[in-house]
Amino acid sequence: MKASADLPMGFARRWMRLRGLVRKEFVQIMRDPSSIAIAFLLPVILLLLFGYGVSLDAEHVAIAVVVDQPSDLTASFTGGLVRSRYFNPIFLPTMAEAERAMRERRASAIVRLRSDFAEKRLRGSAPIQVVINGTDANTGRLVAGYLEGVWTAWLVEEARASGGSVVVPVEVEERVWFNSRIRSRDFLVPGLIAIIMTLIGTLLTAMVMAREWERGTMEALLSTPAAIPEILLGKLIPYFVLGAGGMLQSVAMALWLFEVPLRGSFLALLGSATLFLLAALGLGLLISIVSKNQFVAGQAAILGTFLPAFILSGFLFDISSMPAFVRGITYLIPARYFVAILQTVFLAGNVRSILIPNGIALFVMAVLFLGLSRLMSRKRLG
Amino acid sequence: MARRVWALAIKEFLVLLKDPRSRVVIIVPPFLQLFVFGFAASFDLNDVPIAIYCEDPGVDAQELLAGFRHSRHFDERARITRDAEIAPLIDSKQVLLVIHIGPRFSRDLRLRAPAVVQVVVDGRDSNTALVSLGYVHGVINRFNGEFAAREGLPGLPARLETRSWFNPNLESRWFIVPGIVGLITLVVTLLVTALSVAREREQGTFDQTLVAPFRAGEILLGKAVPGFVIGLCEASLIVLIAVFGFGVPFLGDLATFYAGLALFLISAIGVGLMISSLAVTQQQGLLGAFLFLVPAVILSGFATPIANMPPFLRYVTLINPLRYFLVILRGVFLEGAPFHLLIDQLWPMALIGGVTLTTAAWLFRKRSV
Repeated sequence: MKASADLPMGFARRWMRLRGLVRKEFVQIMRDPSSIAIAFLLPVILLLLFGYGVSLDAEHVAIAVVVDQPSDLTASFTGGLVRSRYFNPIFLPTMAEAERAMRERRASAIVRLRSDFAEKRLRGSAPIQVVINGTDANTGRLVAGYLEGVWTAWLVEEARASGGSVVVPVEVEERVWFNSRIRSRDFLVPGLIAIIMTLIGTLLTAMVMAREWERGTMEALLSTPAAIPEILLGKLIPYFVLGAGGMLQSVAMALWLFEVPLRGSFLALLGSATLFLLAALGLGLLISIVSKNQFVAGQAAILGTFLPAFILSGFLFDISSMPAFVRGITYLIPARYFVAILQTVFLAGNVRSILIPNGIALFVMAVLFLGLSRLMSRKRLG
Repeated sequence: MARRVWALAIKEFLVLLKDPRSRVVIIVPPFLQLFVFGFAASFDLNDVPIAIYCEDPGVDAQELLAGFRHSRHFDERARITRDAEIAPLIDSKQVLLVIHIGPRFSRDLRLRAPAVVQVVVDGRDSNTALVSLGYVHGVINRFNGEFAAREGLPGLPARLETRSWFNPNLESRWFIVPGIVGLITLVVTLLVTALSVAREREQGTFDQTLVAPFRAGEILLGKAVPGFVIGLCEASLIVLIAVFGFGVPFLGDLATFYAGLALFLISAIGVGLMISSLAVTQQQGLLGAFLFLVPAVILSGFATPIANMPPFLRYVTLINPLRYFLVILRGVFLEGAPFHLLIDQLWPMALIGGVTLTTAAWLFRKRSV
């Protein structure tokens, strides 16, 4: 090494040792392709699966429609249901049949126009009976909202047909920023990248150290002149390279396959991804050092990182609506900060007030996990 | 044969429960998860942070705003006076919505020209945006009704009378908590069974078991029993916590629930043992369990409905045992569904269990000789 010639001998030796350790790790990775599969294949599979499988956009919801006494008036209302892309109406003759359809999960809601619908309409206010299957509360709420939309459109249409105008005292004009089509995929896919990389980052390192302890090769490593930080770095660097590759691949899929817009800068994305990956790898290292056992390390990686990241990161469920003690727990989860950054960088842009505090939090977590790993691994045989 | 299987099952139990670390893994995380997820996994919003931007000093505007201030769904965090203040508040997520009442609001309202309230909402999380817009419509509709009645305006020609069955207040916790029963049961059963053979292979005790006078089927059965018993106990405990801790109603009958649970456990054990007989190392076993677990959770309807998925994924969900068990769980918890309405969920699990257990036995014989 030419560059190391004018550096102190100790540094040169350390550098040589680290290079050797990194190379050894890469050779091991190449020999057992399961790490490469975790880094590159797993993100593709997971992103495809989640990207297409997780959607909150309900369309063509099957609803049972019961019209007790069909007339032009009822037809104009049900026509709105037929035309709506949100509904797939099934016309049934009686309420009893509609109720059975709902119990058998063939319909998510019942819309019923009673026999006196036309008559009451002339006198003022005709009720449209709506029964929603509330088992899936979120879908139930969406269906209620869509039905209200159909109803409002019908009121306007009816008023226009009869020459008058409906006067609704106050109207709401909605402007949805950052995601005007209200596509759930646009916010889910950036969050998914955080979830998937949590898993891959921790799984990559968690299993590695534990395996070395189990196979006894860790003792062999300890008997070499390599110091603990060198051994840890020797593990960290190769898996960082693998993880970064998996991350870039996921971002590319988000942009070109799922067509999520990237409104912030690529640099912000790269910087936060680096910090996050360090935190995730650090957590993995820590798990493997503490457990020294693949069985426990693997389970801790899955139970302790993946599931919390899925539920507590704000990727799917709103953090600010959680009870205070659960909100407190979310601060311990690195994915929480990364999800916030990713959703903002992809959909909103480089918003400093989001990027900086969350970036600092990621940095602190990375330092914490890596520092703890350093502290917990002593050059000592168990 | 029963005695030999029993002896093997006892041995498996001891292996699982004697090691303090694996004991902890089986017992602690499931219950921690139940509590944390039970409280966290909800699509309902409380105290949505809003900013109010009111350019109309009139009484009507104040009355409308009072509707927002008194709603338990909203929490006023800021009051602004200029357009330029909207973006920083929303960008930094300090507020989710800005309610903007223009200077002509009262005049339009009195002239019977529709008065417009503009609502700017952060769409980064589209579901939160939709749900909070629903709350906004609720407040405005109430105002409209009261205003029309007070001013003697003609009522609307038709109105919606919406009720909801099975979950009258549309609480998503009632939907999620029964799902967690299925989720945790699956995780625990899979972890207990998927690693059992690989651990013995790594420790070298597997050969000893093989030379002992046991048939392959008996060894497999011995490994299945602990998964079944542990799954049964944990699921029962979680149901008790769901009912008494989270207050989720349990309207159906226990026999239907246990019929579903038994078939679900058999199918989950089948999958676990299949992975177990394929895996040479624990790492492979764990990876296999994981590769099954993640898709199984996503494609089960646990958090997001199967109906929203593209058609080809909907077909894939048909081989997922958790999908059927979740329908049973929600059926017996919320809907009080009788046995005959759930038969269509029971037989696919029996089929999956039969196929996976047979495959596991075949793989096991093939790979152990």
